[in-house]
Amino acid sequence: METAQSIALERRAAEADGSAAVVALEDLHKSFGSQPVLNGISLSVSRGETLAVLGRSGTGKSVLLRLIIGLERPDSGSVRIHGQDIAGLALDRIGEIRKKIGFLFQHAALYDSLTVEQNVAFPLQHHKKMSRSELRGRVEELLAEVGMEGSLEKMPADISGGMQKRVGLARALALEPDILLLDEPTAGLDPISSAEIDDLVLKLQEEHHMASIVVTHDLHSAKAIADRLALLNEGKVVIEGNFEQLAKSEIELVRQFLKHS
Amino acid sequence: MSYGKSRPAAALDAPLPGLRALLMFPAVSSAMSLINGFFEWFGDLGIFFWQVVRAAVTPPFEFRELFRQLDEIGSKSLPLVALAGAATGVVLSLEARYSLTRFGAKSMLPAAIVFSVIHETGPIITGLVVSGRVGAGIGAELASMKVTEQIDAIEASAVNPYRLLAATRILACIVMLPLLTLAADLCGLAMGWVAQAMVEPLSLHQFISSGFKGADFNDFLPPTFKTAGFGLIIGLIACFQGMRTRGGAEGVGRAATSSVVVSSLFVILADVVFVKLIIIFFP
Repeated sequence: METAQSIALERRAAEADGSAAVVALEDLHKSFGSQPVLNGISLSVSRGETLAVLGRSGTGKSVLLRLIIGLERPDSGSVRIHGQDIAGLALDRIGEIRKKIGFLFQHAALYDSLTVEQNVAFPLQHHKKMSRSELRGRVEELLAEVGMEGSLEKMPADISGGMQKRVGLARALALEPDILLLDEPTAGLDPISSAEIDDLVLKLQEEHHMASIVVTHDLHSAKAIADRLALLNEGKVVIEGNFEQLAKSEIELVRQFLKHS
Repeated sequence: MSYGKSRPAAALDAPLPGLRALLMFPAVSSAMSLINGFFEWFGDLGIFFWQVVRAAVTPPFEFRELFRQLDEIGSKSLPLVALAGAATGVVLSLEARYSLTRFGAKSMLPAAIVFSVIHETGPIITGLVVSGRVGAGIGAELASMKVTEQIDAIEASAVNPYRLLAATRILACIVMLPLLTLAADLCGLAMGWVAQAMVEPLSLHQFISSGFKGADFNDFLPPTFKTAGFGLIIGLIACFQGMRTRGGAEGVGRAATSSVVVSSLFVILADVVFVKLIIIFFP
């Protein structure tokens, strides 16, 4: 498995090499009231590449994802998706950008009054003209891709946290996005379920070649699935590179983070 | 995305030294914070209303969700509204009988019941009952969705939550309140007759012809349609309070409670205004 992971990572790195950035964050600043959260973040991700954003709790990792999808607006700086700055776009214009982005929320954020099938079908019903049978077929395809066959009629409350994340991933992939954002995909899961989610993310990346950003404080998970890692602290990027580069870093914070992970 | 920001009051940023000194007193400072908060709430409500109106008039329209809400708000509130209307009719009949008999006007009882029910008690009882049932339900549902990031997930799926969640519910309230009022009026009149007939035999035909003698559509339509205004108030406030919730389970509880309390209060205040307008425009 480690060999397969290494090969997959190398292949994706080769594909990503030289590609224009799909997501480009330039000098982002964000505060909530008098509390600064991001203090000049600049990052970019290319097609087929996975960037893991690490950091302690409260360092603004989730805020970064929310800025990319437009759920928050930066105080200054730019968020470019396929070259277009979305920071100033109105709600009705940002919709077209969001169709290209799949977002897995930390707790999956499934619609609890809808079944698994209805949850996954939600983006398709709103943005694609499909017959009922086509819709069902596509939903079954997506659920099979994440290993949740046979769960169409279940309610979110009837499935485990790990299963909810899988369904959330299926929903995020419904519109065949170019960009995948994952907010703490393994948070709250046992080690086996975490490894299964990591394998799933790796498999999906292998098949779909998306630009992915994973926010996590789980270094093992980041090491398994990411091409590059960026460590945040006090709203800034402390270090950015692959795991080997982080491991060789002389920066005290980085050494502490690796030591305690 | 914040659906109505909660900002700390800036009560202490007073320019005048005298006023600044006055604000040292806790009571004055609290009063200023309250007034500040009141105006901020109104401002945020206005912005929220504008966002909903913009979303409601631009496609794509959420007809499926609208029909679902018409059922949820309308048909599921019907039993409660009918029961409240019926109880009101009985009480009116018993109380009015006693009062009118004292003044030798017992023969006016059917008209007193009819005019009371269709002019005021039917609409206001419907408004308050729906405010309690629907206001709390919408407030709690949307608050729960807010704190579990479901509304953010809707937005992330490139679907406008103002259109899907708020506009559909508000429109459903506006459409359903007059219809529910009809039901409340019908049950109120029916039970008013039953209560009277149990004391002194009176046929339904006599009750209706005596009660509706001198009544025209101006007595019936404006009071019934004013409940569409109640529906707007209930739907708007419940959606607003729900979608701006913060703070987990406690926030959900606060949203549900405040939806009921605030919408009930505004329904009563709006009734005062509507009654005056009806008197002016439909004398």
